[in-house]
Amino acid sequence: MIYFDNAATSFPKPDFVKQAVIDAIDSIGSDGRGAHEMTLRASRIVYSCRENIAKLFNAEPTRVCFTLNATMALNTAILGLINQNDHVITTVQEHNSVLRPLYKTGADLTFLPIDGKGNTKIDMLCKNLKSNTKAVVLSHVSNVTGNVIDIERVGKLCKENNLYFIVDAAQSAGVFDIDMKKMNISVLCFTGHKGLLGVQGTGGLCVAKEVEINPLVVGGSGIHSFSHTQPDEYPTRLEAGTLNAHSLAGLNASVSWLNENGFAGLREKETNLAKIFYSEICKIPEIKIYGDVLSKNHGAIVSINIANEDAGMVSDALYQDFGICTRAGAHCAPLIHKAFGTTKQGMVRFSFSHQNTEDEVRQVIEAIKQLLP
Amino acid sequence: MIKRNKKEWLIVTFHTTVAAFQMERAAKDMGFGGRIIPVPREISAGCGLAWRDEKEKQAEIKKCLDDKCIEYEQLVLLTL
Repeated sequence: MIYFDNAATSFPKPDFVKQAVIDAIDSIGSDGRGAHEMTLRASRIVYSCRENIAKLFNAEPTRVCFTLNATMALNTAILGLINQNDHVITTVQEHNSVLRPLYKTGADLTFLPIDGKGNTKIDMLCKNLKSNTKAVVLSHVSNVTGNVIDIERVGKLCKENNLYFIVDAAQSAGVFDIDMKKMNISVLCFTGHKGLLGVQGTGGLCVAKEVEINPLVVGGSGIHSFSHTQPDEYPTRLEAGTLNAHSLAGLNASVSWLNENGFAGLREKETNLAKIFYSEICKIPEIKIYGDVLSKNHGAIVSINIANEDAGMVSDALYQDFGICTRAGAHCAPLIHKAFGTTKQGMVRFSFSHQNTEDEVRQVIEAIKQLLP
Repeated sequence: MIKRNKKEWLIVTFHTTVAAFQMERAAKDMGFGGRIIPVPREISAGCGLAWRDEKEKQAEIKKCLDDKCIEYEQLVLLTL
């Protein structure tokens, strides 16, 4: 089997991540709910994970709030900051984890369009500002094209116009440099199981100072049990209920590793594989490629179609006949498919990892050639 | 009343459990001998965690809390 679905979840997980999860299962209690050694071990792991995440993104450890995934983090940030009287600027490259919470707020929404290569027209941001514009919400890296938005530039515009800047880092955390303070990010939403190399069921949001999010979920907090309301203090404010400390032990191990070893080398390897793939398939006339793959900054994602063939059928043939794992369909990003005219056909997405090899890329190129009409 | 030898301790309470673990990390670095305990009922009606240490360490611990910017609720002496 060849795995090219790393934008869905990275595979395989590092051995030290697996071991950290196993060790946690064998040794910890529940985080923040007592003072015996079992529960203290859990709390120390969770706290260490906050410190490691804070170091990676230049955030405050006490304002790193854990959730189950990036979707829950984005729902928390968007529904906790935006209301129906607000105007929000977003983009057509967004995933439904951004779009659906935004639709749910009832706010007035402006969608920045893309150019022919799928690059978001950030130049249009300032032209679309209104008196009630409250926030810009966008994904750092498109999960469909792999195109990267210059979030430092957007953050500067947000600061100049006194707007919240909410970033979906689902595809970029652990891949591209993110500095919350330098980039003026108000809320950074991440998942743990993709570029951060952890296991599923982990994610979170890093909240900048002065940003007060109305909690989406309230309940057990480990403190102030007789209060009728969720405590105001971060991270407890956004962390009702028992955390997934077993999986956070894995995330702690992987982010600690990324902090110590860096990730530029990993990114270079996987984006190089994407470029090798692109440079071969772009020679095939029947192949349509979506995205600006050769740009200086690009995620290791290449989405394609073969002539007018249903993307689902292509992806199925790649797996059934060649054992190659890809993702077909709309990838939960409906507006970018409308922009590219692929709502019916979908796309076949190849997402590469530093753990893939050039030989695997050659094999998939040959497989595609065999599927050509 | 459970059977236990009692003495007067310095107790530090916090707004969040994160702050309690910031304190534990700082205390380890500073070589303090205290530990995390459940918040005594005398000073809080809710659940939660507190730092317990020798009362003679009060000035050092106050300085540590301030130096490390650890947010705490109160410092009190309690017989436990």
